[in-house]
Amino acid sequence: MYTQAMDIPDDSGKKLAAVSNAPSDREAAFEARIDADGRIEPQDWMPEAYRRTLVRQISQHAHSEIVGMLPEGNWISRAPSLKRKAILIAKVQDEGGHGLYLYSAAETLGTSRDQMLEGLHSGKAKYSSIFNYPTLNWADVGVIGWLVDGAAIMNQVPLCRCSYGPYARAMVRVCKEESFHQRQGYEALLVMMKGTDEQRAMVQDAVNRYWWKCLAMFGPPDADSPHSAQGMRWGIKRISNDDLRQKFIDATVPQAKVLGVTLPDPDLKWNEARGHYDYGQIDWAEFWNTVEGNGPCNKERLATRVKAHNDGQWVRDAAQAYARKQKERALKEAA
Amino acid sequence: MNTPALKDWPLWEVFVRSKQGLEHKHCGSLHAADAAQALHMARDVYTRRQEGVSIWVVPSVAITASNPDDKGELFDPAADKIYRHPTFYEIPEEVGHM
Ligand SMILES: [Fe+2]
Ligand SMILES: [Fe+2]
Repeated sequence: MYTQAMDIPDDSGKKLAAVSNAPSDREAAFEARIDADGRIEPQDWMPEAYRRTLVRQISQHAHSEIVGMLPEGNWISRAPSLKRKAILIAKVQDEGGHGLYLYSAAETLGTSRDQMLEGLHSGKAKYSSIFNYPTLNWADVGVIGWLVDGAAIMNQVPLCRCSYGPYARAMVRVCKEESFHQRQGYEALLVMMKGTDEQRAMVQDAVNRYWWKCLAMFGPPDADSPHSAQGMRWGIKRISNDDLRQKFIDATVPQAKVLGVTLPDPDLKWNEARGHYDYGQIDWAEFWNTVEGNGPCNKERLATRVKAHNDGQWVRDAAQAYARKQKERALKEAA
Repeated sequence: MNTPALKDWPLWEVFVRSKQGLEHKHCGSLHAADAAQALHMARDVYTRRQEGVSIWVVPSVAITASNPDDKGELFDPAADKIYRHPTFYEIPEEVGHM
């Protein structure tokens, strides 16, 4: 999963009818359960804002998994060996699975698969901006595994303790599967780094292009994330954007050293007093520009996704026609 | 330009037995046209790493759930029947494990 922009406002969730008008004792029970670090389940009463926030976040998360298949999927037919091809297919298939777990979790909140797909395909719903950048060469595939999935893992692990039960359970499954994603990417890069100068240069180039975008995956700085405090209060978010970003940087610097690449930030240096790495300025204008649809691949990604969905319509129709026929036949035989 | 999605594919709940001798456990849900397809998809979605040796799929509409608002009446009566638990009974130490 790739949750950078999960509290980016979009339209999903707005159409949900108010299920209940919050009698205060129910609200108190909800708050008490949150305070006790308890879990909320689909049938439990919950404030509309909590439900809406979750629908938006979980569906953005699901969309990110689904769109996330595209940049890597481009490389399945061009993987450098049968082994790498098999690995990449398995990873991309996992991402599809992650999307499905998450769509199911969102559906327990009263939205439908149909509504969510409509949101994605019409461009109304958001997904992680990292996938709106191109994968130019094979090293990009390794860097996505190492850094993009690595950042995703940082984001996802705390979500396993999310207050909403179905989301937390989906995240547990996802996290179990993500570790292979990061390791295969890092290992593919290690192999390239043992190759020719040209291969090493490819890895460095890919790191240079992806590093800052990965840091932006954690979302805007805490000071500029108005929804964050409420998300923390509700136990949806457990660690702030900036803290997660710092954790990711601290974990990644030693990995880059072992790999033998430099991270493209002249301000990146160990701060003894803080016990963390200091880092430079992220280009937030570029980030928001991409979120708003103007990144290098936004249009292409969406078009590919919509085409895949439309091209699959006959399969969905056929499956349904078959199911209907079987049912009719069974009824006739019973009669 | 968008074709309809999964409007008419019903929802199924998936239960997986992780190994012979253990119970089937609920692990999630999915949309499928019929039971056979649901089983097929459940295999792909929930058992890519040998997580199971057996799968059940049940139409979600077939499940009747207790109402969380009735939790009090439904489950509380058991709370004062502490004599249903072995720890209610004091047995001399020399008897050992019982
Ligand atoms: Fe994923
Ligand atoms: Fe992944």
